Amino acid sequence: MGQENLIEAIRAKLGDAVEGVSDSFGDAVLTLRSAAVRAVMAALREAPFEYAVLLDLTCVDFAAAEGRFELVYHLYSLTRNVRLRLKASLPAADPSVETLVGLWKNAEWLEREVFDMFGVRFEGHPYLKRILTYEGFEGHALRKSYPWRLEQPRIPLKGDV
Amino acid sequence: MEPLTRIQRDARPESMLLNMGPSHPAMHGTLRIMLELDGEKILNAEAEIGYLHRGFEKTCENKTYFNLLIYTDRLNYVSPLINNLGYVMTMEKMLGVTVPERAQLIRVLMSELSRVSDHLTCLAAMAMENGAFTVFLYMMKAREFLWDVIEFTTGARMTTSYIRIGGVRADLHPDWRGSLTTAIRETRQVLKDVSGLLDKNSIFLGRTRGVGAISREDALSYGWTGPCLRSTGIPYDVRKASPYLIYDRLSFEVPVGEFGDNYDRYSVRMREMEQSLRLLEQVAGLIPDAAPLSAGPTIEPSEAIARSRRQRTGERIRLSPNLEGYEKERLPGLVATDKPIAVPPKEDTYTTMEGLISHFLFFMSGKGIRPPKGDVYFSVEGGNGEVGFYIVSDGTDRPYRLHLRAPCFHLVAALEQLIKGRLIADVVPTFGSMNMIGGELDR
Repeated sequence: MGQENLIEAIRAKLGDAVEGVSDSFGDAVLTLRSAAVRAVMAALREAPFEYAVLLDLTCVDFAAAEGRFELVYHLYSLTRNVRLRLKASLPAADPSVETLVGLWKNAEWLEREVFDMFGVRFEGHPYLKRILTYEGFEGHALRKSYPWRLEQPRIPLKGDV
Repeated sequence: MEPLTRIQRDARPESMLLNMGPSHPAMHGTLRIMLELDGEKILNAEAEIGYLHRGFEKTCENKTYFNLLIYTDRLNYVSPLINNLGYVMTMEKMLGVTVPERAQLIRVLMSELSRVSDHLTCLAAMAMENGAFTVFLYMMKAREFLWDVIEFTTGARMTTSYIRIGGVRADLHPDWRGSLTTAIRETRQVLKDVSGLLDKNSIFLGRTRGVGAISREDALSYGWTGPCLRSTGIPYDVRKASPYLIYDRLSFEVPVGEFGDNYDRYSVRMREMEQSLRLLEQVAGLIPDAAPLSAGPTIEPSEAIARSRRQRTGERIRLSPNLEGYEKERLPGLVATDKPIAVPPKEDTYTTMEGLISHFLFFMSGKGIRPPKGDVYFSVEGGNGEVGFYIVSDGTDRPYRLHLRAPCFHLVAALEQLIKGRLIADVVPTFGSMNMIGGELDR
């Protein structure tokens, strides 16, 4: 199945969840409604699409420019050797989306990283906790509103008075 | 106090909680593994990462595309050239640049040297932690020979920044063939010795065979790539699946394992190094000797500058030894010259007005490399898996967003599952065989 046929097949099956199809420097990109992310991913994981690997999950902060966050998922299909990029926009105020934990095992850590860096909440995540920074870190470092080289307050050692 | 972590919250009152790391001899880099123990048996585990987090992605958003290259050296610091390559090829995909043949061959050469040294480092550390200190010394010795080849050409052992957008920084060192032949010979010998020491060693087998095994389904579900995924029997290799550079013209095999245990990860890496040495030999045969620089007198840069005040100079300028191989005559074979994406030749910068202007236009803030708007993902096969870069460009000279798909992030995510139900002693070889690299994991 070629990439074009594949996109057509996805649209046919999940028509109302797909908001747009585009091509960016030769990469196929699907834009999803954020409410449908988990349902779409669950469908894409199974035959006939067989995107067995969640390669990557990240987020882009367009909050200053356009007032939104954009989640970027990369899937990979071993059987057909194609990658697919999926995007979902979230509102800048209180961004949240359904978790992918349960579909892919690495989703737990990937979503913790996006939560840590952008403050996006993943509904249904069993352990949404900061992963790269520490408990008590103020703000979300990869948001555009977070200044580069901002110093964090010192954390008192245990037992310090 | 409120318990902070899941393992503290869920621990049974009669079991013991133990920290392994962040400062522990077997936790290369820094990683903290919290263990819930019943005697020596691990009931539950939780890994905590981020001790080496230094805001790589945030920093890149504030650097120009040219300047942020040096930060990519510091991701997987055992094979920095592959990180350079991943970033640079992502940019080239966005810019639509065709890289000269010679530069592509040099890139393959550097990638494979890095891959071998990456695997050597991983296995050396893993073997040492299992008590095989001899293996560690042998492999470190081989790695030095490989790094000699890299150092001769790039001028640095680790922080090379050698592969540049559009090509490579300079031509190969004049004696590269000799050093490469030595490196290949020494590495082959070390691989043979190590095979003899470990392959049938019952102590090593006892700690690796059947330990830390992962099924194919789980490996895919965790997003594993690279030698760790191949150890489960899935022959996914970016060099074969979506060939870049000239890998489709070279012949090599993708070794796979069977059980996905520590021993398979060891054995896949050993066999991959042999394949990489094969690739090195093929590429060395394909790279033509550099054309000799035109003869004739050369003048000092200061002399050239003085002369250029009166008239346009035609003489060759003696460049600093730090720029060896970066002479203007050689550039067309080393970097793409159809677009202003590489540092202009120093000879022109010193002596002509146009050269100086193009130099400033390259380095001035707001000028320089400005890819078109859009987002792009590209990946190369790194030492421990698929190294992918996702770059969002807004048309300026700085990335709007740059994200690294770090292969070992996905590997380490599976650590908790692999050591659960096993003994403390199994943590060390399991963790060692994953090749966790702090710089890449924590970014």
